[in-house]
Amino acid sequence: MGSPLLEVRGLKAGYGKQEVLRGVDLRVNRGEKVVVIGPSGSGKSTLLKCIPHLVKPLAGEIVFDGKQVGDGPAALRETRSKIGFVFQHYTLFPHMTLLRNVAMPLQLVKGLPRHDAELIAAEALARLGLKDLAPKYPLELSGGQQQRGAIARAMAIDPSLLLLDEPTSALDPELRNEVLETLYGIAREGRSMIIVTHEIDFAEAAADRVVFIDNGLIVEEGDARQVLERPRGERTERFLRRLKSVV
Amino acid sequence: MELETLLLRVIPYILGGVPVTLQLTALSFTLGLLLGSLLAAARIFGRQPITALVTGYIEFFRGTPLLVQIFFIYFGLPALGIRFDPFTAAMLAIGFNSGAYQAEILRSAIKGIPEEQFLSAESLGLTTGQIYRHVIFPQALRIATPALVNELVALVKYTSLASIIGVAELFRKTEYMVSYTFRPEIYLISAAIYLAICVPASQLSKKLETRFAIPGYRRALV
Repeated sequence: MGSPLLEVRGLKAGYGKQEVLRGVDLRVNRGEKVVVIGPSGSGKSTLLKCIPHLVKPLAGEIVFDGKQVGDGPAALRETRSKIGFVFQHYTLFPHMTLLRNVAMPLQLVKGLPRHDAELIAAEALARLGLKDLAPKYPLELSGGQQQRGAIARAMAIDPSLLLLDEPTSALDPELRNEVLETLYGIAREGRSMIIVTHEIDFAEAAADRVVFIDNGLIVEEGDARQVLERPRGERTERFLRRLKSVV
Repeated sequence: MELETLLLRVIPYILGGVPVTLQLTALSFTLGLLLGSLLAAARIFGRQPITALVTGYIEFFRGTPLLVQIFFIYFGLPALGIRFDPFTAAMLAIGFNSGAYQAEILRSAIKGIPEEQFLSAESLGLTTGQIYRHVIFPQALRIATPALVNELVALVKYTSLASIIGVAELFRKTEYMVSYTFRPEIYLISAAIYLAICVPASQLSKKLETRFAIPGYRRALV
């Protein structure tokens, strides 16, 4: 086992009176790719959002790269600038070109001059095969292209950890594949990732570990193959069976 | 009415009210925009009791007639020792009123931006100030522009209420002329002048929308 990049301990979170996470422990090692699965409303998306404190935890602690997350706004922004985050949709800023979308955070957060930021941005886009789309605006692109653009933006900051919240759920089946191809590519680079997804095939092929969340708790976790093919828990099995019958 | 009188006396006299109408519109709109921005910000970021006060203000000015508000400021406030000339009173009343509407326009424009936009910007490590400046406001202003221009056009017409407290704007001058000549068809001339101001203003809205449109936005709506 490598050294832990992320350690989540006793995480509780909720909105108003509704408790969404009821004590979650999760450890992600450097270079590890973790897929989080679970029924909708189980808290998997909240778990992901809690890591960079996009949702404030109610209890528990999150240690990223040896530092407690959430110690003051400046330190929090510093942590966030090392974690890439891709949402299900509406991630790109529609009033900026794809190039500006990727370059802007490099300027504002890393303090790079515009020229340098745009060079890095162009490179990041080219790596994901989006070079020609750099001057386009997000709403001029297909959903798959937008999502790949969002991934390019998250990757441009060279994050130590990449978090993806159902990156393919809002897409048509034929667009899902181009995003999945991109994700396979990134997974092969050996970057640490946590992906919330229902793409079981992707999980099986690319993930080191699968975590199954239900009702705000981790019910089962382990080696990806083992969890997906021979789940130990009855709830995991039922969930996977339902998922497979849909696909 | 002889054409000569009409062309040489009536129309020039009424047109003399146009600058006052435009000034009144521009000043109350600007006052409303400043006030509206503050009220919208207070309603979004403020805590109780500030949000309750702001909500009360907005409900009051949207729920009572503008004419009553003008009367209150012009005739009511002097009882408290606060006195304004008719132009200032009308400008304040229309501005305060418009502020309530503009606050709601701005607030709903900001609220209309998907939460993911804010969260994405936050996840990239931007400060709250940077998020509003680079992500939220540029989008919100684009969303709000048509409604703001609408409001501006509405104000052109609302300024005619200022005639009642004696502001010598377009409609007041029309009324002078009607009572002087006993020719009510002069109202038509006045209506035509309002139209000549408002139609280009609406066109301006369309121009602004196209100019600042987010590429692909329209297609995305269809």
